[in-house]
Amino acid sequence: MTLLAERPVRTTAPAVPRRRKRVVLPYLLIAPTLLATAYLLLYPLLRNVIISVQEFGLPQLVRGDAKFVGLANYARVLADPEFWGVVSRTLWFTAINVVLIMVLSTLVALLLVRLGKWLRLLVMGGLVLTWATPIIAATTVFQWLFQSRLGVVNWALTTLGFEEFRDYTWFADGEATFGILVTLIVWQSIPFAALSLYAAMITVPQELYEAARIDGAGAWRVFSTITFPMLRAMFGLITCLEVIWVVKAFVQIWVISQGGPGRATTTLPVYAFQVAQSLQRYDLGAAVSMLMVLLLVLALLAYFRQLYRQEREA
Amino acid sequence: MSRAARTVAALVVFIVSVFPVYWMVLTAFKPTKDIQSATPTFLPASITFEHFGTAVAAKGFFSFWRNSLLVAGGAVLLALVIALLAAFAVARLQWKGRRAFVLMVFMAQMTPWEALLIPIYVIARDTGMLDTLWMLTLVYFMITLPFTIVTLRGFLAAIPVDLEEAAQVDGCSRGQAFRRVVFPLLAPGLLATSLFGFITAWNEFAFANVLIIKDQDDRTLPVWLSSFNNTFGTDWGATMAASTLFMLPVLLIFVVLQGRVTTGIVGGAVKG
Repeated sequence: MTLLAERPVRTTAPAVPRRRKRVVLPYLLIAPTLLATAYLLLYPLLRNVIISVQEFGLPQLVRGDAKFVGLANYARVLADPEFWGVVSRTLWFTAINVVLIMVLSTLVALLLVRLGKWLRLLVMGGLVLTWATPIIAATTVFQWLFQSRLGVVNWALTTLGFEEFRDYTWFADGEATFGILVTLIVWQSIPFAALSLYAAMITVPQELYEAARIDGAGAWRVFSTITFPMLRAMFGLITCLEVIWVVKAFVQIWVISQGGPGRATTTLPVYAFQVAQSLQRYDLGAAVSMLMVLLLVLALLAYFRQLYRQEREA
Repeated sequence: MSRAARTVAALVVFIVSVFPVYWMVLTAFKPTKDIQSATPTFLPASITFEHFGTAVAAKGFFSFWRNSLLVAGGAVLLALVIALLAAFAVARLQWKGRRAFVLMVFMAQMTPWEALLIPIYVIARDTGMLDTLWMLTLVYFMITLPFTIVTLRGFLAAIPVDLEEAAQVDGCSRGQAFRRVVFPLLAPGLLATSLFGFITAWNEFAFANVLIIKDQDDRTLPVWLSSFNNTFGTDWGATMAASTLFMLPVLLIFVVLQGRVTTGIVGGAVKG
């Protein structure tokens, strides 16, 4: 296939019909995606907004005659101290999880860079196994690990001499349940973050490290002056992704504690679901979930801006 | 950090990542008296398949498997076809609004689906789609679609346009060029993408929990597994056996894909 053979074919192709075909074809190709997104994503989102400004309980769900009430639902939610308790708990939950995930993942990634081939493959294999564990399987296993009478965690703690953990019921205590959920989510999130950071770290030119070492820089100094600044964008992206995942974490909490005991583990998505499901106040639930989306969007505006910049460069 | 310290750290990371899964599988194979003994054993002394028998014999076990396979498989096939069309348009054609479309796909990928539980429940109820596997299939299709488009676009972009043009010079139509030249090269990417979509749908709990309520036989595996207390009581052996069986397809997929494709997906996921 020489370039010479290619040229004439291109220029002799009839120009007008071809151009017209090109203009229509891409839109035909994306039409199914647009339709699906419109009906299965935008319409539900719009419906959520509408429900959140209606009076929408069980009677309205059955009869379908919901009345508009303006921002009354939002006013009611925002005036409820319980809601603000949930918001601050969600923020704490997110902050603790994300900080732990990022710090531990960075350490694991730095370790991976420094390991020999076999140990590195072993650790990566372990991380991939964790990553492959379905959320439901992991939540079930964690309930078994922390089971009060037969759980291996209580056995280990008792054996180490902490007698107070004999038959300790973790899931009866708010803070203990909170701690277990944090452990579970951090455990599940580290593989993705650590492997992505590792993949980014090996792209940093080795000469930079050597130069720093010759200058006598310690490990922390090398990290803070070379690794982190070079991978700032990557750290930013992964932090944003982790924020999203932690804020919207629902399954782990719902399956392990349903937001309890009391309200100790009720974060925003759990709260929205509780209000809608148990109280059958779909309107208030919709308002809470819209406020959650708003919170996420505000927190992640930076991330979208970066995506847009990347896309422009690509 | 010395070599010995690094080795110790590596082993600690390995054990912490693997232990829960190891413990799940070990418990699934342990005889009940070992599970209930006051001092746990960390290596298999004797092995039993009794718990797997209990799990498989549980009421509705096979219909839950069938439902999960149908819903996840259907969603992935649908997403694959529709995403391939869109990915082709994005990766290969120049058109007005392309950047806006890509941005829309990125945003769709970020959707906090948990926030849409209520409206989707209401819509399903209004349209008579509540308690149908169809509704669940459609939702899972939409959840996996943006990711599928982004990854397929990446795989497509990695295949040189020259190959396609060369085939066209040799007399292939655009469609033929795609089918005969691009498609075979794309096949591994299609496989990887669809398997990852399958995992997402296979694991989904929140919507399955809300959209299937009346007919308990229509539930999927994650919802069934989440209520193991009702099914197995405190029979942890059977619970762990059921979890192990549930995890098996996902694990097989990871083994099939292995490292290279996995890192490709990581790149894709991070990029968008």
